[in-house]
Amino acid sequence: MKRWLYPALLIGLLIGLWQLASSTGFLAEVLDVEEFLVPSPAEIASSLWENRSLLAENAWVTLREIVFGFACAVAIGLAFAVAMHLSETVRLAAYPLVVASQTIPILVLAPILAIWFGYGVVPKLAIIALVCFFPITIATLDGLRSVDPAAVKLMRTLDASRWQIFQRVEVPTALPSFFSGAKIAAAIAPIGAVFAEWAGSSEGLGRLILLDNGQYQVARMFASVLVLSAIAIVLYSLLALAERRVVTWR
Amino acid sequence: MNLSIAAVAHSYGDLRTIERLDLAVEPQGVVGLVGPSGCGKSTLLELICGLLEPSAGTIAVGGAESANERLAGCAYMPQRDQLLPWYSAIDNAGLALRNRGQSRAQARESAAALFERFGLAGFEASAPQDLSGGMRQRVAFLRTLVSGKPVLALDEPFAALDAITRGEMQEWLAAALRTDPRTVVLVTHDVEEALYLADRVAVLSARPARIVAELRAPHPRAADRDAAITDPAFVAVREEALRALHGGSR
Ligand SMILES: Nc1ncnc2c1ncn2[C@@H]1O[C@H](COP(=O)(O)OP(=O)(O)OP(=O)(O)O)[C@@H](O)[C@H]1O
Ligand SMILES: [Mg+2]
Repeated sequence: MKRWLYPALLIGLLIGLWQLASSTGFLAEVLDVEEFLVPSPAEIASSLWENRSLLAENAWVTLREIVFGFACAVAIGLAFAVAMHLSETVRLAAYPLVVASQTIPILVLAPILAIWFGYGVVPKLAIIALVCFFPITIATLDGLRSVDPAAVKLMRTLDASRWQIFQRVEVPTALPSFFSGAKIAAAIAPIGAVFAEWAGSSEGLGRLILLDNGQYQVARMFASVLVLSAIAIVLYSLLALAERRVVTWR
Repeated sequence: MNLSIAAVAHSYGDLRTIERLDLAVEPQGVVGLVGPSGCGKSTLLELICGLLEPSAGTIAVGGAESANERLAGCAYMPQRDQLLPWYSAIDNAGLALRNRGQSRAQARESAAALFERFGLAGFEASAPQDLSGGMRQRVAFLRTLVSGKPVLALDEPFAALDAITRGEMQEWLAAALRTDPRTVVLVTHDVEEALYLADRVAVLSARPARIVAELRAPHPRAADRDAAITDPAFVAVREEALRALHGGSR
């Protein structure tokens, strides 16, 4: 109950303050801009409703990019983490590369990928996967490495093969860490999607935000952002749910 | 299966843990090892089980000296129970069978008979973290028994328990070894426990460990524990052991 009530109260309070500040013209005055540039929550809500089919269409595009990009990131992240765990050579060789991958400014990379691959879905998946695979890889690798050496010893005396130790001790130990990494990734995936769409796309919420920015459609920009957050929250919640179903021993 | 340790030494880098240690255990014999904290008792068990290699000397389990053959011949019960929280009690007990390729159902069937016999019936499906300390220790011990290996290396099996549960568990282990005799090396810091459960007790010195006294227990695994441990012969040997222990740690 408190888990829902407290955030709801806080959000309600913030929205109330915002409504008050914008409808009295206070915000516009402070920011020294025209009043239509500072939409109130009520205006955003009505924009959300009026543009529902436009937003839904574009949200569907962005949602697909996010889900598939995230799925790629999980596959790549797990593959990297497992390979780096099983082979010291791979770990030493790949670790700097994995970290370096996060220093690439996606604002620079996104247009390059758009030039190479066009306006299709490929550059979007690449960008989203690039921002998402890092937390998944690092968290999963940490999880795999946090295995209790005593448990491994025990398994060896119980005639376990390397594979069985991996499957029966290392994987379960790493699962909670994997989920932590995946939840972080889910929360940042929409940011990757927006950047990717800005670099070149014909549809999607990121693209819509870009167009609305040019036309001072501030209320609808906020509406798009709301939908994006909703996508991230749903994805995060699904992962949290899956974690509770899978990691039953915590 | 007999166990023989001849002129064994071991060190972790510069830290000398064991110095020229000789010990022989006849088939189905039970030897207790007591020694001051940190003297190298667990290290000695890991050496016996083939988890570590001695830097000098030989260890033979049933005549076989290689680490892999020792691993195959010894079952190890680690100092902490090391039950895997992601498996139920019965699946923990049957781990060795699973590792040898039996199906989950087969492994459960083999372990179930022992659950019945050792008063764990009804707790097969329980998670380890839902069991009492005494039950966890019993499940951990069953796991070593189910592995079917001729030599058992038990590392302070009851150290984590309160005095009453501990006495009960000692009687329980004595009964288990009477019906299912194995070659046992039992590490404990409790002289009374060692003298009650073992045929012979070796007292170790402080690190680097060597044997400072070997004592024969008057009533190994007697059905009436209270009578056995209050018997004057028992009390006399216990005092002798304590003297050796305190002399050896100085
Ligand atoms: N993997 C390791 N690397 C380096 N040193 C170790 C390692 N394991 C144990 N030691 C050290 O070796 C010594 C002997 O350890 P060991 O665990 O065998 O002692 P013990 O007699 O079992 O002690 P306790 O009574 O506390 O269980 C200790 O000083 C310990 O700190
Ligand atoms: Mg120890």
